[in-house]
Amino acid sequence: MNPITRIQSTTLVLPQENIDTDQIIPARFLTTTERTGLGRAAFYDWRYDGEGHERADSLLNAPESRGRAILVAGRNFGCGSSREHAPWALLDYGFQAVISSEIADIFRSNALKNGLVAIVLAPDQHAELLARPGIELCIDLESMSIRDPHGWRAGFTLDAFARRCLMMGVDQLGYLLAQRAAIEAFEER
Amino acid sequence: MPRTLFDKLWDAHVVVPETADAPAVLYIDLHLVHEVTSPQAFTELRQRGLPVRRTERTLATLDHSTPTLPAGANGELPYYTAEAKMQVETLRRNAAEFGVRLYDFGSGHRGVVHVIGPELGATQPGMTIVCGDSHTSTHGAFGAIAFGIGTSEVGHVLASQCLLQRKPKTMAIEVDGRLGAGVSAKDVILHIIKSIGVEGGTGHAIEYRGSAIRGLDMEGRMTLCNMSIEAGARCGMVAPDEITFDYLRGRPLAPQGADFEAAVARWRALASDDGASFDRVVRIDAADIAPTVTWGTHPGMGAAIDASVPADDDAQTVKARAYMGFEAGEALVGHPVDVVFIGSCTNGRLSDLRVAASLLRGRKVHPRVRMLVVPGSEAVKQGAEAEGLHEVFRAAGAEWREPGCSMCIAMNGDLVAPGQTSVSTSNRNFEGRQGKGARTVLASPATAAASAIAGAIADPRALRADQ
Ligand code: SF4
Repeated sequence: MNPITRIQSTTLVLPQENIDTDQIIPARFLTTTERTGLGRAAFYDWRYDGEGHERADSLLNAPESRGRAILVAGRNFGCGSSREHAPWALLDYGFQAVISSEIADIFRSNALKNGLVAIVLAPDQHAELLARPGIELCIDLESMSIRDPHGWRAGFTLDAFARRCLMMGVDQLGYLLAQRAAIEAFEER
Repeated sequence: MPRTLFDKLWDAHVVVPETADAPAVLYIDLHLVHEVTSPQAFTELRQRGLPVRRTERTLATLDHSTPTLPAGANGELPYYTAEAKMQVETLRRNAAEFGVRLYDFGSGHRGVVHVIGPELGATQPGMTIVCGDSHTSTHGAFGAIAFGIGTSEVGHVLASQCLLQRKPKTMAIEVDGRLGAGVSAKDVILHIIKSIGVEGGTGHAIEYRGSAIRGLDMEGRMTLCNMSIEAGARCGMVAPDEITFDYLRGRPLAPQGADFEAAVARWRALASDDGASFDRVVRIDAADIAPTVTWGTHPGMGAAIDASVPADDDAQTVKARAYMGFEAGEALVGHPVDVVFIGSCTNGRLSDLRVAASLLRGRKVHPRVRMLVVPGSEAVKQGAEAEGLHEVFRAAGAEWREPGCSMCIAMNGDLVAPGQTSVSTSNRNFEGRQGKGARTVLASPATAAASAIAGAIADPRALRADQ
């Protein structure tokens, strides 16, 4: 995993509340045994019609949406199934961060482990971002803040451990394996 | 200081305590594995040259991608896609290579992962239990901390038998009083989610308490805990009692003989202390719970069966009603149904099949309806066939299938067609969950069976009255 300290991009806004992981990646794409190449399946049923043709009315298909790395989504994003395919698909589509006022526990944990920065903002600040789609934002993990070029600023908190792993680009398994002595002692009890 | 059941179990599994800088290292007693969320984790282990740390604490089965039709004349199972078949074979290969027990076809124990853990007696009070599957919360019915994890974490547990976890907050949901006739555990949990909302439990571990909960049998408690995740909760649990111990006694992977009695003595201490405080308490009167169904596109969009579809005009309600094909203010009862699905880790156990069969005996599934009955495991299937339930379903015009997740997640080719309405005993009614464009109404087995007969959403209490 590459270290992440800041993410700068225009936002893509999906204002729907309770976007569940079945929307982020429908179950029929879960038969894969790989974790790569799932960007095509991201929001598949929102982006493609019954015949597999791109839907012109989907914001996610608009040429200007490509390359937008910050997803701002309605409340309670990522609820439902624990499939890690959801953050894999979002990352492969091109997102590096997702912002909402509430993000489901398992999704958030999965996202952070894969370098998809999941940020929960206070409802009023979240509402401001929902109301201004396509603005330029800079997410800074060092100061745990989000800014736009005109002086708007919002602070957020991130679990200290997850933040350190993101900023150093280290994965959590290495940390766990280093606890071996403690684990062995526990098993002896 | 008085402690909650959750606190006691958490404390007993902390390997390294949580600090501001790092989450706790939490020991995992039982790790359940299935074909969909494990391949990438085994790949990770292989790439790093790591073994599975505790194979005896790891148990695998096949459920999501497997066909529910038997092998054809050529002896081949009718997999939906080549990829599905490869996923199954990948788990077989991984299990053999890493020395993990796999309950495969023909083992007599294969089935939906959350059905087989309890029926084997692998799920026990006081444990920490995880699986790469959000409905792992089911196992909390035994007084265990049980929760779903992602695939990276599946790798963590395989390699270290531990997880990095922050302690969640606690929430008590107390349901007191007597449940009415025709009201089941499924109705209780649909009512709870409707009341607290799909994010009502986020960040919390729920303990279900109160006289109505104590009165549920183990299968009902599993149905209840199963859907804790649908309220956003990390996990749900019920303190173990005589009902729990009676269920476990004699199960193949439970302690046997004197060991079992010693275990029971330990398990009796697993209850929240009097005066233990929860971060949040919700009280529900059992008498207020009717047979409950969903009308919308998440499990919190529910209503009593004799109510009508909300006429609210907020964007979410309007969108959900349009997707589902409901009119504002339309009565739920009488809305036409195309498919009825009885099965899943929520309601695919023997008691669920018995309830459905009791209503279908001597009756017919409405000609408009395709009804699929899918036992949760091979053991459930054998049990049901020993009682002749399969004959009841077939005589009524329903299809009797092989065990698996089936239409709950529609990965194996068991699909609801676009625009069709399905009354389903599973746990998720998200858009497209049962197939692209499928419309899912979540319900209890009794409501599903009554609806199959009527060809429309039906109140099971009315059907009982006719008998
Ligand atoms: S039955 Fe449904 S909810 Fe349960 S494990 Fe299978 S897919 Fe998941």
